[in-house]
This record gives sequence, structure tokens and C-alpha cells, in this order.
Amino acid sequence: MLDIFDILGPVMVGPSSSHTAGAVRIGRMARTLLGGEPVKAKIGLFGSFAETGQGHGTDRALVAGLLGMKPDDLDIPRSFELAAERGLSFAFETVRLREAHPNTAVLTVEDAQGKTLELQAASTGGGRIRVDRLNGVEVSFTGMFNTLIVRHQDIAGEVANVTRELADVKINIANMSLCRDRRGGDALMVIETDQKIPPVARVFISELRGVKNLTYYERED
Amino acid sequence: MALDSMAEIVEKAEAGGKPFWQVVLDTDMEERQVTAEASFEKMRATWRAMLESVETYQGDRRSVSGLVGGDGARMRAYAERGETLCGPYLREVIATALCVGESNACMRKIVAAPTAGACGVLPAVLVPLYQAGRAGEEEIVKALYVSAGIGAVIGYRASIAGASGGCQAEIGTASAMAAGALTALRGGDIRQIGHAVAMALKNLMGLICDPIAGLVEVPCVKRNVIGAVNAVSCADMALAGIGSRVPVDEVIDCMGEVGSRLPVEFRETALGGLAATPFGQSVKQQMHQRT
Repeated sequence: MLDIFDILGPVMVGPSSSHTAGAVRIGRMARTLLGGEPVKAKIGLFGSFAETGQGHGTDRALVAGLLGMKPDDLDIPRSFELAAERGLSFAFETVRLREAHPNTAVLTVEDAQGKTLELQAASTGGGRIRVDRLNGVEVSFTGMFNTLIVRHQDIAGEVANVTRELADVKINIANMSLCRDRRGGDALMVIETDQKIPPVARVFISELRGVKNLTYYERED
Repeated sequence: MALDSMAEIVEKAEAGGKPFWQVVLDTDMEERQVTAEASFEKMRATWRAMLESVETYQGDRRSVSGLVGGDGARMRAYAERGETLCGPYLREVIATALCVGESNACMRKIVAAPTAGACGVLPAVLVPLYQAGRAGEEEIVKALYVSAGIGAVIGYRASIAGASGGCQAEIGTASAMAAGALTALRGGDIRQIGHAVAMALKNLMGLICDPIAGLVEVPCVKRNVIGAVNAVSCADMALAGIGSRVPVDEVIDCMGEVGSRLPVEFRETALGGLAATPFGQSVKQQMHQRT
């Protein structure tokens, strides 16, 4: 079900919960999953984002999110200027996608070390978002939970190993998905939890055999 | 435990001998694993942000396109001359809806309820009652739980996004939330709340989302007025004992069905409706030339 404070809320800078607040959250999600300060971003807009995004604040909102702002930050209208000050270069383009939500953005971001991340996400209404694709793999999570994303080798017992670490620190899993590219190849586990995952548990998981990398998004309070 | 239908809320309320707002509070405590105090505190903060969005209005602000701004002040000035057709409450409802809708278009801080485009509806019906001393903070916070429960059901069964369901999903939902909140605030029982919600949604069924140049400005700001005024009339009808013939959950499902069948031109794409008028097109061109 929907969080009642997503119905009455968010407290946000206007003008549009889907085109402004949701866009800020998509940008912020990309920044968080990149795990560092982005220096370069290619931002693809689809559907209503492409049709009505400009002059509507969607462009400024996505950049504001990449800079780490939250939806109620009164600096959102100034994000392009702030990006220039902080060394983030960005470019917009219109993209064609098949069967994507009408408010969709595709962000390719890069940090100073050259690490990149590609994320496709939709703004689904009222400021809520859903990540649909991550580095080419189909996923589905919303950022309304604490979210752990584990890229690992497709070997027997890996799910048990990861969930055991969470169970040990009494963390309850709300939703979970697993996807692999091919047998024995790369797999992606997305785990949404009710509780925040403490750093120590994340370290233990990252040290498990077969785990290649781990990213973590903590829900807004 | 979830808020999946109005029937379920009625059932829980009647089984537990609880008012509507309490059922929603219980659900929030369960879902987010928080205490009643913590939940109530967050709702109080939401109310205060709403109040602030009304109090910080400035009539001299203008939106990105320049189309929006100043109407809230114009309505207030007219109201003060005492020449309005409607009475003191309703004229303040109209002015407040305009003020908050305009502040949103001017990139000021507002509370999305359920969306930013519809942010003026709830404060428009609640703040004037509060400012006139006709409702206290505690009662209003409880009424906000009622409105949130209604919005959650509509979001679950239908849609609260203009891009998916048209304006009926945004202003229509806000109006239903406000109608339910007002009915609860004025002592209506749980079934009367359901009737107010059903009537409010029915009255705005089919309303398209056709923002000029894609901006949340025209016709969005003034549609907050119809959402608010509709809420007041539906609450008054429900309190008078007038009911909706179609059950509320069926009305909600119907709104979702209508929304999903709206052509894409009428779902926030700015390709149809008022956005496609010669005036709408000229604004769009001006915006493009500026960027």
C-alpha cells in the first residue's frame, strides 16, 4: 500500500510532484547508487518528461537530485548554476523507449574516478519513483524502503548467504528480486528492507564469496 | 493490514468501534513501525507546512511563464469589499486555493496533496476554518488522517497521477480527500464520509489533464478552486443525509477505468485540450524561444 505521507506529502518545492519532486528523487537515486559525486551526466528524457519537462523544472530537478538535494530544497530552481560551481557537467537528450512509463528518465552518470552507472527510472505520481533498469538489468524498486543492491556471481546458496547476514542483525525483508544474465554469470539481487542496514552488515555481505559489489540506498525519513 | 478499499476501512472502524481517522493512524503505525505519537507528530508537521504554504503567499510573485500570480490577492481584495456572491467561508476557500496553487507554480514550498498540482485543495477548505477559529489543530490533524486514508485507497485502486489518469486523478482525488476530511471534521459518520468521497469523485469524473506548455499553471491553479468548492458542496450534501447511489469503491474503480482509457493527449502530455488551443500553442512557442 501507499505510505500515507506520500499521499499527504511530500513537503516539496513546486510545481509538480511527478515532474519536480519525483525528478529530484530520480537524480538523487542515481547519485546514491553511483556511490560518489558525479562529474558528468547524460540525461535522457522520455514521454511526458520529454514533452513537458523543459520549463517545468524537470531538468533542474534531475540535476538538483544529482547534486544530492531533497525535494524540499529551495535551491532546486538554481541547480544548473550550482552544478557549474561544483564541477558537474550535464547534457539532455530525448530518448525513445519501448513500453516505458510516460514519466521516464534514463541517466548515465560518471564520477571522478571514471566509475559509471546507468539507471532508468519512472516518476509514478505524487513524487514517488520506481527504478526500472540498472546497468542494463531489469529491476523494480521504489526507494520507499531501504534498498540493498548486490551484484554477485550466479552460484548456489548466494541468496541464503546474503539473507543470513540480514537475519543475523534482525532485518526484515519487505520485497526482493533476483535476476541473472546467464547461468554462472552475473546476477543482481535487489532487497528492500523495513529496517536500516547497518554498515557492519553491509561490510560482511560485501566480503561474501561471489559478491562483486554492493550499493545501498537509505530511504528518506 | 492495508488501505485497499473504503469498505475495508468502514469494516475495521465498525468492528473496533473506532473513528475513520483512528483506522488510518493504526495502519500507519503498523506499516511504518512507529508510535502513535510519532505518527501524529509527522501529521502535525504536515499540517503546519500546509498552513505555512498559505501564510507565505505573496501576490507579487510570478511563475516561469508569467501566466500565473496575483489572483489570490485579487480575490482577497474583492472579498474584502464585501461584494462576493458567496459567503465569508466560501470566498476564503476560493482565495486560498488560488494562493497555494500560485505559490506552487512559483516554485515555493507546498504540501503535495495528493500531488503538487492539486496542493491548493486541502488547505483551501481547512485553513479558513482554522483561521476563523471554527476548527482546532487537533481536530484538523485527525481530519488529515481521514483525507490520507481516502487518498491511499484511491491511489491503490485507481490513480493519483495526471499522466496516468488525467486531472480527475489529481484534482478529483484531492477533492474527494477534502470532502471526506470536511465531513469528518463536521461530525459526519463513517458512511457519510464515504458518500462525500463518492460524490466528489463523480462530479469531477473524466476531467482531463491539459496543462498549457506542460506547466502546472493554466488551467491547474484555478482547477484547485473547483476541487475545493466541490468538496465543500459534497461534504454539505453528505452531512444533510444525501448519499451517492453508486457505492464509493465502485466510483473509485470507475475513475481508474476512465483514466486509463483517456487518450494520451489528455494525460499531462500537453498535446490536447486547452494546451492545444491557439493560445496554448502560442505560450508553448514563447517558452521554447526562451530556452
